[in-house]
Amino acid sequence: MCTPGLMAPKGAILFPFSGSGGLQMLLRVLWVSLLLLSAVATTGFARADSFEQGLEQLKSKDFSHIEQGIAAIASSQHANTELVLNLLLNGELYRLKKTDELVVVQGKQDKKLIIVNLFDDSGESAQTVSKRKIKKVRINNSIRASLKAALASLKLSSPDVEQRQQAVSQLMGKLTPELYQTLSQRLDIERDNSVQELIEVALAVTDLNSTDSDSAEQQTAVATLSDSLQPAARNALAQFVETTDDAILKSQASKGLRSIDEKRKWAGHAETLFFGLSLGSVLVLAAIGLAITFGVMGVINMAHGELIMLGAYTTYVVQLLMPDNIALSILVSIPAAFLVSAFVGILIERGVIRFLYGRPLETLLATFGISLILQQAVRSIFSPLNRSVATPEFMSGVIEINPVLSLTLNRLYIIAFCLIVFALLFMLLRYTRLGIEVRAVAQNRAMARAMGVRSEWVDAMTFGLGSGIAGVAGVALSQLTNVGPNLGQAYIIDSFMVVVFGGVGNLWGTLVAGLSLGVANKIMEPWAGAVLAKILVLVFIILFIQKRPRGLFPQKGRSAEG
Amino acid sequence: MRLIEEFQHRDKVFDFMMPNTSPALDVGQGYLLYLEDISVSFDGFKAINKLNLYINEGELRCIIGPNGAGKTTMMDIITGKTRPDEGSAWFGQKINLLNMSEPEIAQAGIGRKFQKPTVFEHQTVFANLELAMAGAKGVFTTLMAKLSSSQLDHIDHVLGQIGLKQQRNLLAGALSHGQKQWLEIGMLLMQNPKLLLVDEPVAGMTHQEMDRTGELLTSLAGEHTVILVEHDMDFVRSLANQVTVLHQGSVLAEGTMDQVQNDDKVVQVYLGE
Amino acid sequence: MTTHPQMYEGIFNKSTIRFLAVLIVVALAVPLLNALDSSNPLHVTTYTMTLMGKYLCYALLAVAVDLVWGYLGILSLGHAAFFALGGYAMGMYLMRQIGDRGVYGDPLLPDFMVFLNWQELPWFWHGFDQFWFAALMIVLVPGLLAFVFGWLAFRSRVTGVYLSIITQALTYALLLAFFRNEMGFGGNNGLTDFKDILGFDLQSDATRMALYVASAVALGLGYIACRMIVTSRLGRVAVAIRDAEARTRFIGYKVENVKLFIFVVSAVLAGVAGALYVPQVGIINPSEFSPLNSIELVVWVALGGRATLYGAVVGAVAVNYAKTYLTAAMPEIWLFSLGAMFVLVTLFLPKGVMGILQRERPDNDDSDGNNLDNGNDLDNSGVKA
Repeated sequence: MCTPGLMAPKGAILFPFSGSGGLQMLLRVLWVSLLLLSAVATTGFARADSFEQGLEQLKSKDFSHIEQGIAAIASSQHANTELVLNLLLNGELYRLKKTDELVVVQGKQDKKLIIVNLFDDSGESAQTVSKRKIKKVRINNSIRASLKAALASLKLSSPDVEQRQQAVSQLMGKLTPELYQTLSQRLDIERDNSVQELIEVALAVTDLNSTDSDSAEQQTAVATLSDSLQPAARNALAQFVETTDDAILKSQASKGLRSIDEKRKWAGHAETLFFGLSLGSVLVLAAIGLAITFGVMGVINMAHGELIMLGAYTTYVVQLLMPDNIALSILVSIPAAFLVSAFVGILIERGVIRFLYGRPLETLLATFGISLILQQAVRSIFSPLNRSVATPEFMSGVIEINPVLSLTLNRLYIIAFCLIVFALLFMLLRYTRLGIEVRAVAQNRAMARAMGVRSEWVDAMTFGLGSGIAGVAGVALSQLTNVGPNLGQAYIIDSFMVVVFGGVGNLWGTLVAGLSLGVANKIMEPWAGAVLAKILVLVFIILFIQKRPRGLFPQKGRSAEG
Repeated sequence: MRLIEEFQHRDKVFDFMMPNTSPALDVGQGYLLYLEDISVSFDGFKAINKLNLYINEGELRCIIGPNGAGKTTMMDIITGKTRPDEGSAWFGQKINLLNMSEPEIAQAGIGRKFQKPTVFEHQTVFANLELAMAGAKGVFTTLMAKLSSSQLDHIDHVLGQIGLKQQRNLLAGALSHGQKQWLEIGMLLMQNPKLLLVDEPVAGMTHQEMDRTGELLTSLAGEHTVILVEHDMDFVRSLANQVTVLHQGSVLAEGTMDQVQNDDKVVQVYLGE
Repeated sequence: MTTHPQMYEGIFNKSTIRFLAVLIVVALAVPLLNALDSSNPLHVTTYTMTLMGKYLCYALLAVAVDLVWGYLGILSLGHAAFFALGGYAMGMYLMRQIGDRGVYGDPLLPDFMVFLNWQELPWFWHGFDQFWFAALMIVLVPGLLAFVFGWLAFRSRVTGVYLSIITQALTYALLLAFFRNEMGFGGNNGLTDFKDILGFDLQSDATRMALYVASAVALGLGYIACRMIVTSRLGRVAVAIRDAEARTRFIGYKVENVKLFIFVVSAVLAGVAGALYVPQVGIINPSEFSPLNSIELVVWVALGGRATLYGAVVGAVAVNYAKTYLTAAMPEIWLFSLGAMFVLVTLFLPKGVMGILQRERPDNDDSDGNNLDNGNDLDNSGVKA
C-alpha cells in the first residue's frame, strides 16, 4: 500500500541538486501539489476498497452476498469492473478452494486445468490443478439480469458515443425498474442527441408496455415513439396496436405507425437516390473523358475503357510502392493515373488516330485494336487475375443520417470526386486558352487554323485530356471494384450510352445523362434485378436514340447540308 | 354545335376522305409553287420570316440575297429537309409539301441541286444518271429493274445535253468540278421534274463553263420551272429574268434585274447605309 | 471505251466464277479426302473437315457483314447477334432431338430445365421438335429482329457511329439477357450435349461430311444472292446511299426501305451461318453474343477487303486459321496480333488484302474525301498506270 508520505521523497530524488533558493521554492510548490494529488488518489482508493470488498463477497456461496458483491463492484468504477462482470456473466470466474482465491481457467493439460489468479496478465501464478480443486462462482437468473444491467449502465457512462448507443439499444425493451431509473438519470446529463433519442425511445417503450402507466403516460409514449425511426420504436408500436384495447390509443398508435412507415419509405427512396447518384457518378466519370474525345473531336475511342483500366492499375502500382500509407497513395494516384493515361492517349492520337480524322468508322476499328493490345499487355504484365486495391481509412465507414438511412462514405466521396472533376473540366474548357482553342477546333477546324490555332497540338492535348480523365476515373473505380484486365470493357458501352444519351459535345448533357441513368438503374433494380435493369436501360436508350438521335441536349444549329 | 355546323358546309372535304396518294399536279391557276407565310427559326434565330413566294409554271426565277437571307433554308423547306414552324407550302394546288418526305417530294416532281456538287463518286457517270431516272423507285422494282432501250436513249440524250458523252463510263469521282456540276444537273433532268431547284450552279466555274450552264438553264425553262439561287450578279443578269431578293428571311423586292437594282431597299441591304 | 449498252458487271463476273470454282473444289475435295483410308497421306481428318466447315460458316457471316458494310456503309457491330440467334434456333431443335437421352431422362424438358426445377416447357420452346419449324425460325428470328431494329433506327435516321454503337448495345443487351437462367436458353452454359440431327448421329463422319457440304452450299448460295443484290440497280442505290445518303433521298429513293431490305437479308444470312455452325461445334452459349465477336468479324472483312464479297471470305478464313493456329501455339500472342491487325489494316490497307492483289479492275481512285479511299498513293499507283 502506498501512502502519501512514501511518495514524498521521490520528488526530492528528482531534484538531487537542491541547493539554490529558487529551486527550493520550486520544490515546495511541487510538494504541495503532490499532497493535493494524493488527496484525490485517496478517494480512488476508497472505491478500490469497495471493488476489493465486492470481490471478497463473490467468494461466498450465498446468492444474496454475491449480488451485493456485484453491486459493490459495479459502483466501484474500477478499471477492471467490466472484466470481472463479463467473466461472471460468462461463467468463467472460479474460486480455488484451497487458498480461497479467485482464478480464471486458461487451458487444459492431461485432464487437468491450468489456472491463473484473477488479474494476473503475466501468468506467473499459473498452476495445474484437478477439476475438483476449483469451484465456479455461481449465478442465477436474477443475478444474470442485474449483471447485464450493470454492464449496460457501465457502458452507458462510457465516454464513447457509439458505446453508449450500443448500451441503450441492448437495453431496449428489457428495462428493469432500476435500469429505468438509471436511464432517466442518464437522460438528464446526456449531451449527445442520438443517445438522448435512444434513451427516450427506450423509456417510452417501457412506459407503453408497463401496466403501471396511466393512459396519459401511454399517450406521451406513443407520441415519442411515433417520432422515432428506431426499429424498436416501430416494433413496440406495432405490438401495442395488436394488443391494446384502448381505442383512442390504438388509433393514435396506428397513426404513428403509418407516419413511421411513410418516413421509412422516404428514407428508402433517399437511399435508392443515393445509390443511383453514386452509380451515376461512376458513369459520369467514365463517360466524361469520352464526351471530350467523342463530342469535341468527333473521334470514337474504343480504347477509352482500357485507359480507365490503366488508371486503375496505376493506383494499384502506386499502392504497391507505398504500402504503408494507403491514404497518401490514393492522393498520389490521381495525378499519376492522369499522367499515365494521358500519355498513352497522346501516343494513340499521334500514332494512329491523327491519320484517320474524318473517318470515324475506321477510327472505331483501329482504337478497338488498341484496346485489345492494351488488355493483353496488362494481362501479360500483371497476370489475368483481378487485383484488389485497398481503401484508405478516411473513405471507409458510414454517415448515419437517421436509424433507417445511412450513407457509405466511399460512395459519398465518389459523388464528390465526380463533381469536382466535372467542375474542373468545365472551367478548363470554358476559361483557359486550351479550352477556347479546343472549342474553336471542334466548331470549325479550318477557321481555327486560319486564326493561328495549332490544331494538331490541340488535337493531341484534347485527346490527352480526355484520356487523362479516363485514368482519374480508373482511380475512382479501383475503390469500388477489383482491378482486372476486363475492367474497361465493362464500362465502355455504358460510357457511350451516357454520351449519346446526353447529346454529343455537351458536358452538361453527359452529367445529367450519367446521373439519371445511374438513378434509373437503381430504381429498377429492386423489382427487375440488376441484369434486367441494365438490359432495360440499354433498350430504353436504343429507343430513345430513335426518337432523339442527337441526345437529350442536342447541339442545335443550321446546317446547310446534311 | 360547332361540329354540326361544320358538317353542314357542303364544300367541306374531310381529311379522311382525301386520297392518300399524291394527287396529280394541278396548275390550273398558272402557279406551280405556293409558299405562304412560312416561318422557321433555329435557336431563336428567324431564318425565314413570313415568307411569301409564288412561282409561275415554266418560269426561270432567280433568287438573290445576302448571306443568311434564308435562301438555302427556303430550298430545304420545299424539298422536305426542314419543316417550317408555320405557314404552308403547296406544289400546284393539290400537293401539300409539308406532309411529304424528301423522296415523296422528289417523286412528285421537284428536283434539287445542292450548293456543293454531290454526285455518287464511286459510280460511273452513266450509273449516276440511271439512278436518278424517273420511274418507280420501290425496293423490289429497283431490285428487278432492267434498262429498256427507250430509257437507254433517254440517258444518252441527257449525256449529250450535259456534254459528258465521252465520260459516260468514267467514275463520277474522277470528273472535274464543273463536270460534276453538270452531271448533277443531268441527274435532275433524268428525274424529269416539274420544278428544279438549283443552288449556286456556277460556283467555281470558269467563264466558259458558266456560259454553257446559263444556256442549259435557259433552255430548260419553259418545259421545266427553274428556281435558281445565285450569288453571281453577272450570271443572274445574263439570264435576264424575274428576280426575287430575299433579306432576313422574307421577300424584299421582286421584279426584273434592272428594277431590283434600282430599288432603294435593295441598295441599302447590299451596300449598307 | 466501249459504247456497248452492257454497262455493268453481271452476277457471274470473273471473280465470282473463280470464287465459286474454288468453293466447289473445296466442297468436293475435302469430303473425298476424308473418305480416304486414314493411313493415306492425303487423308483429311474429320476434325480438320469440321474445322473447315466452321470456317465456311464464318465466311458466310463475313459475306453478310460485307453486304451491309461494304455496299451500304452500315458498320454493324452487332452482327454476331443474328449469327447467335440462328445458332440458338438450331440449338433448340437439337436440344429437343435429345429427347429422353439426357442425364435426367426427361422426355420433354431439356436437362437444364429439369435442373432448374421447371415443370413445363416454356411456350417459345414449342414447335422446335420439328425441323421445318426450326428452319423457319432460323430465318425468321434474326430477320425479325433486324427488321424491328432497322425499322426503328433507319426511320429516325440514326447513321454512322451512332448506329454502330447502338448495334453494339443491342448485342450487349442480348448477351446479358441470354446469360439469365430465367430466359430459358440454358443461361451461362447455353445449349449443348446434342445427340443427332434429322435422325443422324452428330458424331458420325457421314453427318459431319453432310454438314460440311451443306455449309459450302449455303456459302455458295448466299454469295450468289449477295451478288444478285449488288449487281442489281438496288445494289447501285445501296452504294449511292453509302456515298451520299441525302442525295439519294433527293432523287426519290426511300433510303430507309433500301437499308431495311438489305439489313434484313444480311441478318438472315448471318442466322443461317449460325445455324450451320452450331451442330458442327456442338454448343451454343451466350458468349457468342459478346460485342468482341461482332467487332472481330468486322476485321475479317476489313482485312479481306470491303465491297468485294470474296474479300470477306478470304479475310474470314485467313483470320480464323491464324486464330486456330495462334491460340493453340502462343495464346498470349493472339490478342496482340488481332489488335495489331485492326490497327494496321485500317491504317495501311483501307481496301484490304484483295485491294492490293487486285490490279485488273479499271478503278480510278483519286476521288477526294470519301469514306472508302484514303488516297494511299502506294496502293493506287499501279492502278493508275
